[in-house]
Amino acid sequence: MDPKKVDVRDLEAKALLFRKEILQIANSAGSGHPGGSLSAVEILTALYYYRMNHRPEDPLWEDRDRLIVSKGHITPVVYVVLANRGYFPKEELKTFRKFGSRLQGHVHTRVPGVEFNTGSLGHGLSVANGLALGAKMLNKNFKVYCLLGDGELQEGSVWEAMMTSAHYHLDNVCAIVDYNKVQENGPVNEIKNLEPLAEKWKNFGWNVIEVDGHDLVKVIAALDRMDQMKGKPTVIVAHTIKGKGVSFMEGQAKWHGKAPDNENLKKALECLEKNKQP
Amino acid sequence: MSEMIATREGFGNELVQLGKENDKIVVLSADLEDATKAEYFKKEFPERFFNLGIAEQDLVGTAAGLSLQGFIPFVCSFAVFLTNRAYDMIRLDICYNHCNVKVVCSHAGVTVGEDGASAQCLEDFALMRVLPTMSVICPVDTLEARKATRAIVTHPGPVYMRTSRAPFPVITQESDPFIIGQANVLREGNDVTIIACGLMVYEALQAADILQKENIEARVVNMHTIKPIDKKAIIDSAKQTKAIVTAEEHQVFGGLGSAVAEVVTQGFPVPMEMVAVQDTFGETGSPQQLLEKFHLKAVDIAAAVRKVIKRKR
Repeated sequence: MDPKKVDVRDLEAKALLFRKEILQIANSAGSGHPGGSLSAVEILTALYYYRMNHRPEDPLWEDRDRLIVSKGHITPVVYVVLANRGYFPKEELKTFRKFGSRLQGHVHTRVPGVEFNTGSLGHGLSVANGLALGAKMLNKNFKVYCLLGDGELQEGSVWEAMMTSAHYHLDNVCAIVDYNKVQENGPVNEIKNLEPLAEKWKNFGWNVIEVDGHDLVKVIAALDRMDQMKGKPTVIVAHTIKGKGVSFMEGQAKWHGKAPDNENLKKALECLEKNKQP
Repeated sequence: MSEMIATREGFGNELVQLGKENDKIVVLSADLEDATKAEYFKKEFPERFFNLGIAEQDLVGTAAGLSLQGFIPFVCSFAVFLTNRAYDMIRLDICYNHCNVKVVCSHAGVTVGEDGASAQCLEDFALMRVLPTMSVICPVDTLEARKATRAIVTHPGPVYMRTSRAPFPVITQESDPFIIGQANVLREGNDVTIIACGLMVYEALQAADILQKENIEARVVNMHTIKPIDKKAIIDSAKQTKAIVTAEEHQVFGGLGSAVAEVVTQGFPVPMEMVAVQDTFGETGSPQQLLEKFHLKAVDIAAAVRKVIKRKR
């Protein structure tokens, strides 16, 4: 898509709607992970509404770009975006995390559009590399995106995979770190410091782009920049805010894995309306 | 004595043949292709071989990713490094995602020898058997390893196959069948059944010779597939001989003995004895010294048979 033709206002409106629906489905489920879902809204919006080559009506189209959601707990945002994009009926969002539903607690391929079951952290980048390596062997041009959490980078397996992407020159891989700075029990860099994070990826042989992960124009531009890089994988270190858009959730570890009750949902929805861009 | 060859040789050689027939086969190694014999494939098909370095977790995840596009990846290392270290990746990436990845590991059991306990995997059957969708195979000799390697390519879904480092006698024939999930009866007898897998089948046959001199006729079953286990062969044996001894180069918990006991207790209860490593780690020594030390020899199987026969009703 031509970035000039992107209606950013429209995407921003969508992002606001997604935030509301994330909170609503977490509330109706009574559980789920709102914090890291709210931080990844713009990233997923940019991927599914601008960057990725995909066909919601044909989810297994063989030449589609792939997204591996390595931080597999952010089902609220993944399912909301996929439903809105037409992968499955929005009506089904009500069944999120309920017995008998396709909408499993962590991302699952039973849901059209989900490429891989994850949940345990530190798995996705290796799988993305395998897909990308296979694409090169088969002379396919699709891209493989991998969305990682920042706390997830404390898993050693991610660094094994980082070396593989660079060693095999997988320029068809784009890792995106949702760097929201907060993990389940507190600030990431107090629990185990990742800094200097961009420097680390660079030293591992990656093309590194740092961006404000809530600025859709910048996220879109960052995603497009991977096309200019030949022979190297690209990582977008997206600086984000955990719980973004809901003042009382922002930067708060306690909203990592807790759903809002009815009262907090009401407050959160009011907050989103109040904070929306003019 | 018949020819002595390690099962890893059969695997390595057959993989080359399969590579010629099927261009979807890819092989991934964590820098142990020399030891697992995956190097034969590497020499023939360098473009379909990847040494991902000493990074087993990444190895398994990458293989899962490759399988999503129709490749049939074989991941190869020592049993302990894949089944233990990369367990979460085997569970989630391969099994939970039902990826068509074949995990083939050498260097299991005490017959790993001089490297000692850290490399002697004695838990692999238990760890792999408990995972939904996973099949578990342990060929008896190099000939059967060739057939098993061929069979797992066309068997859809995750497979774990254990090969061995130690050269052991070839006891099967080229014409013997190998069907996943179907045990082979190698010797008939009515007094007891010895159910064994891998190198222990040879010891079981030797034990049957010892017992014959005491007028005990042992039925010997090669249970090359530990999962899905051949329930019919087990129940038939229980009915026919009224006593069972299992023999495996594995911890006594969770392996072949446990798998057989699950079938026997629920299907046709008869007394059982289990010849296995008794809840301890291995150590340095020659394969033969270690088989003796851990009571995994034919004489130990024969002793277990005498014990189980006393318990027969």
